[in-house]
Amino acid sequence: MSDFAKVVGAEGPVTVVGGRTRWHVGGEIHSGAREVHAPSGVVSYDPAEMTVAVRAGTTTAELAAALAEADQRCALPERGGTVGGSVVIGENHPEVLGRGWLTSSVLQVTYISAEGKVVRGGGPTVKNVSGFDLPRLIVGSLGTLGLVEEVILRTNPIPPRSQWVESHDAYPFTIASQVLRPSAVLWNGSSTRVLLEGHAPDVAASLNSLASIGSWSEVDGSFDLPQHRWSLQPAELNGCSGAFVASIGVGTVWRDEPQPRPVLPPSVIEISTRMKNNFDPTGRLNPGRSAF
Amino acid sequence: MNTADDALLADLKRVLGDRVRADSAERALLRRDASVFDGGSAGPTCLCESTEEVQRVVRIALAHGRSVVPRGAGTGLAGGAIPLGAPVIISLSRMNRILEVDTNSRIAWVEPGVVNLDLTKHLTPLGYHFAPDPSSQQVCTIGGNVGNNSGGPHCLAYGVTNAHILAIEVVLADGEIVTLGGLDAEPSGYDLRGVFIGGEGMLGITTKVAVRITPNPPAVSTLLLSFDTPRDAAATVSAVIAAGIVPAAMEVMDQGITIAVENYVNVGYPRDAGAVLLAEVDGLPDGVAIDAQRISDIGREHGATAVRQAASDEERMLLWKGRKTAFGAVAQIAPNYYLHDTVVPRSKLADTLEEVYRIADEHDLAVVNVFHAGDGNLHPLLLFNGQEPGIYDRVHAAGAKIVEASLAAGGVLSGEHGIGVEKQPYMHQMFSEDDLDHQERLRHAFDPACRSNPGKVIPVGHSCADIQSLRNVPEEVWG
Ligand SMILES: Cc1cc2nc3c(=O)[nH]c(=O)nc-3n(C[C@@H](O)[C@H](O)[C@H](O)COP(=O)(O)OP(=O)(O)OC[C@H]3O[C@@H](n4cnc5c(N)ncnc54)[C@H](O)[C@@H]3O)c2cc1C
Ligand SMILES: Cc1cc2nc3c(=O)[nH]c(=O)nc-3n(C[C@H](O)[C@H](O)[C@H](O)COP(=O)(O)OP(=O)(O)OC[C@H]3O[C@@H](n4cnc5c(N)ncnc54)[C@H](O)[C@@H]3O)c2cc1C
Repeated sequence: MSDFAKVVGAEGPVTVVGGRTRWHVGGEIHSGAREVHAPSGVVSYDPAEMTVAVRAGTTTAELAAALAEADQRCALPERGGTVGGSVVIGENHPEVLGRGWLTSSVLQVTYISAEGKVVRGGGPTVKNVSGFDLPRLIVGSLGTLGLVEEVILRTNPIPPRSQWVESHDAYPFTIASQVLRPSAVLWNGSSTRVLLEGHAPDVAASLNSLASIGSWSEVDGSFDLPQHRWSLQPAELNGCSGAFVASIGVGTVWRDEPQPRPVLPPSVIEISTRMKNNFDPTGRLNPGRSAF
Repeated sequence: MNTADDALLADLKRVLGDRVRADSAERALLRRDASVFDGGSAGPTCLCESTEEVQRVVRIALAHGRSVVPRGAGTGLAGGAIPLGAPVIISLSRMNRILEVDTNSRIAWVEPGVVNLDLTKHLTPLGYHFAPDPSSQQVCTIGGNVGNNSGGPHCLAYGVTNAHILAIEVVLADGEIVTLGGLDAEPSGYDLRGVFIGGEGMLGITTKVAVRITPNPPAVSTLLLSFDTPRDAAATVSAVIAAGIVPAAMEVMDQGITIAVENYVNVGYPRDAGAVLLAEVDGLPDGVAIDAQRISDIGREHGATAVRQAASDEERMLLWKGRKTAFGAVAQIAPNYYLHDTVVPRSKLADTLEEVYRIADEHDLAVVNVFHAGDGNLHPLLLFNGQEPGIYDRVHAAGAKIVEASLAAGGVLSGEHGIGVEKQPYMHQMFSEDDLDHQERLRHAFDPACRSNPGKVIPVGHSCADIQSLRNVPEEVWG
């Protein structure tokens, strides 16, 4: 049994505190819940395998720094939170097109169950079929099914060159047809920023093709992103108005106000309710929060 | 058939007419899939043509106390589609329409019976393809790809099936119709879509899928590197990844399979090489040229005796033709083969491969290897003659040793073929009782009564109480 399992125990309401950067997502935590912290630190990192094993309490900044030493990165954002918090919140990096989807990058997950047991799902290799997919279940589960102790993540090489460019006159929805695999296309209603990554001559070539649909200048980075994320279909984005930043081709929109919670269909709620009851029959894990 | 079957058949026929098959020839055929397992026992087969028909069949089966097994093309290699306990087989192969292609949003809605390669052929004139490309892509279905979370040579850079599916319409084991996932960026709630993929037909029946379509890269370069030994080829693969290059594909073939392929299709593979590495990079022309050169250099540093770079699309196709006909070529040199599937860390590829040769030797079996080296995904093919008395015992014993060796190297049970009945007995070697218990809890959330494809993946003993009658069934599939 791990130390974290002992801390979590088998009884009483309990919640894991990460960086508190997304503390209120999914509802307010019941006041009686005991607050615990997940262990931290990189467990093992082998750049040639493109995998890293890291404890859930590690900050994403610390992880990013460790990976950068070997010229690699991963799908997790670097916004002041922890690895565990990011995994259970399940939001993607704003540069998801270049970084990859978070859900595909969690190869193995070790968590403490409601019964206080150590449970492991998935496998340590970049490719694995290991029975039913517990890692994908834990991603985005808001800590309601198990408390994450450790994960193995897929890593990726940092491209030789990364360059943000901005245009005030390009129509953002035609960019995908001009550039192969942009790492991000962000639009705030008046200007568009594109992240081009790859070998330097490829970045130059992409910039060249962009010139046919507008005038572009190099900028230091992305827009400042508002706090709240909205999840839309890519085809819905050209209807955006007000203050926003939209990720073209992805469908994420950042706004100052939160997205009203969509009502899920009854049959999805039924499966989700059974899932929660099967994993946490007494409702002790993160009481007050719900992922659905 | 007994009277219980007669009543079931009558109900099914009211819905499907002559699209219910229960003659003995049909049932004999559907007892198996493409795996080496002898097969279970099939109940009636229903050739459904719509979601509603699937729903009605599921409800009829339920009313008759029968389980259901969804089936695509039956090319699975882990026995996932093998019927256990005479279930109603729901064949999706007639639901094979491509419903909608939207190149702006880069999605396509398809029915589950669409053949993988047919989708890509449909997308080719539009400049797109469906990225997962199992070697069986000429026959296997999208529904089966989703069922097994299938991979293929190009999944190294592009990811396996799960990375290419946005939404799935499912008929649950109780007959409810539900759509999992959605076309929006980050659908809220648990990721039931992600969880369903790789569910091997045990979480419900796929009746419609929204897939991501991928633009064809403007430049592609394909290299064939020859080596004296598989060890040199494996070392090159590791070194390429370590250098920060993620090629579109890196496939290794050992001498046994290279010669078999040459004899079969004559594509110009070197017969005298101990192993060849087929590497492909794609993207924009300049970057492709840079990476192709680097792979070639790294290969030479690791003992490549020759590097051939395809000079034209025709030559590229030829090099791939050899890889893609490998299984056909094997059929020319042995009456039967057992295609295995495990993954090891890339750094352990060479050692594990040597262990595989040793194990085959020890069991007096011939073995050839053709595999997704970039992912560390081994595919040893044990060659044998199924007529030889006692041969299956030897083949399975060797298979068990290969699994053991892969796990000992820090690997996993399967890379892409699934667990099915094949790897079910080994699940204990990788997972604790508690781990398996949680997998079972996940499964029960979708199918509390274990009516959809029971008896697979989770070792017997963890399965639902109400299918205890199936307890001994996995024995019957042991060929
Ligand atoms: C301005 C801003 C922008 C952001 N943009 C992005 C973005 O683009 N993409 C993105 O992905 N994220 C983004 N984030 C969130 C990101 O910073 C966090 O990494 C992460 O999503 C939450 O981590 P945390 O440690 O702060 O979690 P907390 O806020 O501490 O916790 C969040 C929830 O997770 C639970 N939890 C935490 N750790 C565990 C664990 N080990 N096991 C089980 N449950 C646990 C908590 O109980 C709580 O319910 C943004 C945050 C801010 C403030
Ligand atoms: C020569 C050869 C080469 C192969 N190469 C590869 C390879 O490179 N990579 C790879 O990953 N695999 C490979 N395979 C294995 C196999 O082709 C794949 O697993 C394929 O995706 C199975 O598709 P299918 O339509 O034949 O499914 P089936 O074999 O019919 O079914 C597979 C599983 O999915 C379930 N299923 C099927 N349809 C549905 C549905 N509509 N709803 C719910 N569940 C469903 C079944 O119950 C079963 O558990 C190969 C097989 C052969 C014979």
